[in-house]
Amino acid sequence: MNEILKVENLTKAYDDLKVLDGVDLTVSKGEVVVIVGPSGCGKSTFLRCLNGLEDIQEGSVVFNDEVINPFKGSPAKVREKIGMVFQSYELFPHKTVLQNMILAPMKVRKAKKKDAEKEALALLDRVGLLSKKDSYPRQLSGGQKQRVAIVRALMMHPEVLLLDEITAALDPEMVREVLDVVINLAKEGRTMVIVTHELSFARAVADRMIFIDGGKIVEEGAPGEFFDDPKTDRLKKFLESFSYN
Amino acid sequence: MGFEVLLKGNNMLRLLLGVWTALRISLVSVLISIVLGILIGSIMTLKNPVIKVITRGYLEFIRIMPQMVLLFIVYFGATKALGLNLPAEAASIIVFSLWGTAEMADLVRGALTGIPKIQYESSAALGLTTTQTYTYVIIPQVIRRLIPLSINLITRMIKTTSLIMMIGIVEVLKVGQQIIEANRKSSPNAAFGVYATVFLLYFAVCRPISLLSKRLEKKWEN
Amino acid sequence: MDTQVLISYLPRYVSAFFLTVRIGLIGIALAFLIGIFSAFCIHFKVYILSQVFKGYVELFRNTPLLVQLFFIYFGLPKLGLSISAELCGILGLGLLGGSYMSEAIRSGLEAVSKSQTESASALGMNRGQTFFYVILPEAFTLSVPAIVANVIFLLKETSVFSAISLMDLMFTAKDLIGLYYNTTESLFLLVSFYIVMLLPISIIGSILEKKVRYKMFGAN
Repeated sequence: MNEILKVENLTKAYDDLKVLDGVDLTVSKGEVVVIVGPSGCGKSTFLRCLNGLEDIQEGSVVFNDEVINPFKGSPAKVREKIGMVFQSYELFPHKTVLQNMILAPMKVRKAKKKDAEKEALALLDRVGLLSKKDSYPRQLSGGQKQRVAIVRALMMHPEVLLLDEITAALDPEMVREVLDVVINLAKEGRTMVIVTHELSFARAVADRMIFIDGGKIVEEGAPGEFFDDPKTDRLKKFLESFSYN
Repeated sequence: MGFEVLLKGNNMLRLLLGVWTALRISLVSVLISIVLGILIGSIMTLKNPVIKVITRGYLEFIRIMPQMVLLFIVYFGATKALGLNLPAEAASIIVFSLWGTAEMADLVRGALTGIPKIQYESSAALGLTTTQTYTYVIIPQVIRRLIPLSINLITRMIKTTSLIMMIGIVEVLKVGQQIIEANRKSSPNAAFGVYATVFLLYFAVCRPISLLSKRLEKKWEN
Repeated sequence: MDTQVLISYLPRYVSAFFLTVRIGLIGIALAFLIGIFSAFCIHFKVYILSQVFKGYVELFRNTPLLVQLFFIYFGLPKLGLSISAELCGILGLGLLGGSYMSEAIRSGLEAVSKSQTESASALGMNRGQTFFYVILPEAFTLSVPAIVANVIFLLKETSVFSAISLMDLMFTAKDLIGLYYNTTESLFLLVSFYIVMLLPISIIGSILEKKVRYKMFGAN
């Protein structure tokens, strides 16, 4: 398998506080890696290091044989190829759904408006939101906003998609509609790194599970093994905290 | 009740011309305030401590000083300190611009810092450069927050212009006073009718503008 | 600047300061009463009164205090309603301030979420209890920054009282400049006394605002 993202000895610290401590991870093309862990374990920070939203103190992030963190050259060029979706959607409130989607393709990829719109409409249709193309973000439900945010990221044709707790702010009945979109993306063979609290979703979508605790990868493995036969006590404890038996 | 005096001669026209004087001074001052306010407000978002102290000091001083006091400082103080014989209208435009700039700068600063950091990040995640992020994402949002507030500033400016009669500018209130004086004998009750009219004229000018500001604010909420 | 002149002017400024503060405070107290009552009527859509107060708020928010004072002081006597300059100042400030306070308190009332009201009634409180123990304190907290801003605004507005011959700070400065031409000293004292009056309130205001924000959102 050809590796697309390679993280070596990644260390992130705020002053003396080490949030991430020597994390190694390799992601192959078409692979879906799901990261879980207790709140404050550094999993979201880790994701933000992958596209350079956070600077790092040690180690490196290599994307397609190019070191992208610490930066050399323009961060925008790299981020174009690494899409990210946030917990709080972050649609642009002054633009309609369609305008939200075509802004970056037109300005960054210099796509023609007609082509960008055509592509956007096709993507909206796929996630069942074609009728909302002229709505403003405030007129959408949380689940709808998040589906738009996902397809907006797809408009840039990213080679890797980072999803940061994308259902954490949603009402329970809206979680499903968003996760279904992600599961379909996985079936298409998209490369994704996902941080989530939805364990049953993680199990369904992941090729590989990672458990981060205290800024380190504590355990990793295939989902079956990871959930049914955890090796470390810390992962056992973490998984038990989700069950009621 | 004293309204009849306004129908005499060109009295009503004079009153309306007085309104125009007030409006003209407000509009000039608002334009200056918006330009300088955007400039200073943007500078205020910088983290430089010297700039912070200076701008905060300026803002705080203007905020706690009555506009009337500022008017007197500039109008009489400038004459005395600089030996400058400033025309009253220039003095009032300077004062209202100083005041409006402070108000506007604070609004601009608030609008700029009020855009959540993650909006910048999500733009970056889409591959937009810093310039593109500001041009297409941040500034349009800032402008939409600022337009209703700037319109609101216009009404506050217009109301404040009533003070300029105190340094001798003949605006609507002063014209009213003159009309009352001139007709003291023939219409002894003119004060009621004329001041009621001035009252309503201000209302007629300011109310539509504040309505517009409220409408836009509602329309562009989040 | 001549220290001798400053000292000789000081007593006049001090008495003007207290006059300004006194009228200011009484006017602001009146503004509070009018504001709370009218906000209450508007918020609860009290028959007729809510319409009357809405009109009042719009009228006084969209006109300058100086014009209001001229109307009350010079206009109303022609209808047989004569009042002293001091009472006129208090009344004018109270009416102007009432319209601003009304807006501040009303938007506070509106901002208290419906779910708060519902959760209070779910706890078994009746409408009166809900209003006095839950909605009013919360609305008031939410309104604090706007109320403090209004207090500063109103104290500043007292400077137009000189136009109806009240011997406030502004009047004193104008008078002294006219009499002795000691412009620098007169203006210096004028500015100093306004700073003494308003800077503490402004500082308290920004502290309160931070506290309110902390109370509402848990962070600054």
